[in-house]
Amino acid sequence: MTTTTDQTDDIVLEARGVTKHFPVRRTGRDLVARHRRTVHAVDDVSLQLRRSTVTALVGESGSGKSTVARLLSQLYPLTDGEIQLEGKAVKAGRGRSFRSYVRQVQLIFQDPFASLNPVHTVRYHLTRSLRIHGREATGAELAALLERVQLTPAAQYLDKFPHELSGGQRQRVAIARALGADPKVLLADEPVSMLDVSIRLGVLNLLRDLKERLHLAILYITHDIASARYFADTTLVMYAGRIVEGGDSETVTQRPAHPYTQLLIASAPDPDRVVAEEEQEETGSGEPPSLIAPPAGCRFHPRCPKAMERCRTELPPRFDLADGQWAACWLYADGADTTDTVGDHEKEAAK
Amino acid sequence: MSEPVLTISGLNVDYGTGDAAVHALRDIDLTLHRGEVLGLAGESGSGKSTLAYAVTRLLSPPGVITGGEVHYHQRDGEALDLLTLTAPELRAFRWQELSIVFQGAMNSLNPVHTVHSQLTDVLKAHRPEMKRAERTARAVELLSLVGISADRLSAYPHQLSGGMRQRVMIAMALALEPEIVIMDEPTTALDVVMQRQILRQLVKLREELGFSVVFITHDISLLIEFSDRIAIMYGGRIVEEAGASDIYRDPCHPYSDGLLHSFPALHGPRRELTGIPGSPPHLSAMPDGCAFHPRCGKALDPCATQVPVLARPDGDGSRTVACWLHQPTPATAAPRS
Repeated sequence: MTTTTDQTDDIVLEARGVTKHFPVRRTGRDLVARHRRTVHAVDDVSLQLRRSTVTALVGESGSGKSTVARLLSQLYPLTDGEIQLEGKAVKAGRGRSFRSYVRQVQLIFQDPFASLNPVHTVRYHLTRSLRIHGREATGAELAALLERVQLTPAAQYLDKFPHELSGGQRQRVAIARALGADPKVLLADEPVSMLDVSIRLGVLNLLRDLKERLHLAILYITHDIASARYFADTTLVMYAGRIVEGGDSETVTQRPAHPYTQLLIASAPDPDRVVAEEEQEETGSGEPPSLIAPPAGCRFHPRCPKAMERCRTELPPRFDLADGQWAACWLYADGADTTDTVGDHEKEAAK
Repeated sequence: MSEPVLTISGLNVDYGTGDAAVHALRDIDLTLHRGEVLGLAGESGSGKSTLAYAVTRLLSPPGVITGGEVHYHQRDGEALDLLTLTAPELRAFRWQELSIVFQGAMNSLNPVHTVHSQLTDVLKAHRPEMKRAERTARAVELLSLVGISADRLSAYPHQLSGGMRQRVMIAMALALEPEIVIMDEPTTALDVVMQRQILRQLVKLREELGFSVVFITHDISLLIEFSDRIAIMYGGRIVEEAGASDIYRDPCHPYSDGLLHSFPALHGPRRELTGIPGSPPHLSAMPDGCAFHPRCGKALDPCATQVPVLARPDGDGSRTVACWLHQPTPATAAPRS
């Protein structure tokens, strides 16, 4: 899979060493301190979104995954790093350059109850999206948009207000609105976590279908690693502002390399585990660190069961493993050879 | 199975009165046994929180209990009718016998009081004979029970992380060693790692203290792992009730089956999942017959007009299901005890 997608011309949107620090409001002693304190929300994040590919970004709340979406959509200025759209560095300000950027990169929000204007109809939302992005808003265009998100017959939905729609239908309207710009990239920030469980898969399947038909590059931000396995082609795992592991979704979820990913997978609810529960006591403890003063070295080391001396002082770089998987963890510092055999061994065992 | 500690029979709850009333709960029959974890699963609007509030008499207007009975069985075998308790009796009953952990610990703790004063408040009200030092000692004990160090007593809620706040809520619920703890989506706002830590702690505490738990959540895969029995609600009714592993391995009701197939699995083969077509009904426009029939792939003729009752399917005494596919033949139909 890695060999076929490694062609650089498939990359639509790329983040290179993207960093975002937010200033902390200064109170009391901080006012006289020499250094301003900052929240290290996102540090040195590099990722690539490829055409017709869903990339999942998995992490706990506060890990910075939503900030990444906002940085990629140019809603926040970057502290450091670069965002490239189709190989060209972009730095959209406001006004025209921003508009031409968002025409290609659209964001879908978590809460379809808040992201649609309650006093306007579906027709208004979609017409506005089409007009802003310079397209004709004819009845046929609107119907085609609604048809793409499987809201048919279109006439039945066009003149409805958001409160007349169910959560799933609202999220579909929000997706249709994003498609109104005819984008190349969709950034979906927890698109299904506010929806009822029985309709989540419907929306995910719709997004996958759109990816295939419109060749969209989709960034799927989620806290649910099982849905990443189901829906995404590649998965990136984020912890405390840094991406700690990446690779093919199946590999990352079945053979997690980074201890944090292992903890995440061990913690996910799994009905099949009922029997084995007793065996794996104390999978993990502790909480994510404060991002104002993140721990030195690997940010996961205070919670990591396998932490070594080196982890406390040195930041681990990316170590490439087998099958395009990589992890930022000193456990894999000895080179990919040893991990290769471990990986193969586990693969056999899984079979 | 051990003796019942809480029996709910024929409970009906409306929001509003007269023609405009919305039926939030209809004919709920449910029994909680001593020492078990009963999972209550359902989507938003299925009435699971309403059930918790109705049982504890916390339902605020326009919610009205229009029928049914709720009995609490004391250790000595005497039954207490919760729906007819007077206000002073109710005050004594709540928290002493039955406590509740509310959804969203962020909003359930008072931001202007310390953890210490919120924990000892309960003791002050219910155990007036306790001395100040004893109350503090008990508060320390409670915090250590949920894995928080004693120096956090003087902290305000905003100084605690989400997971710690939720633990404080659990400590508070256990302050008087109640027989029943109702947990309304206790971990929904938390991350999976924290969720597992808290639930594991809860399981441990339940083994030590022997209380019963009603665990309300929409995450059925969590329930299968942590509860003994599961009741699945849809449109204000219980549609299926069975042991956790029975639900997982062999769900009878098409809705239970659909719900189970709405959660992608972390292990095993990658399957194409569909969820359930359509969306949950609105309480004010509930379909006739079985509330699930417009979304059901197996709907039969009677589904659209007649409401299936919760009954034991043929040849299985340990579970009940409300579905025309599984209605017992009249000869074996037995009234539920």
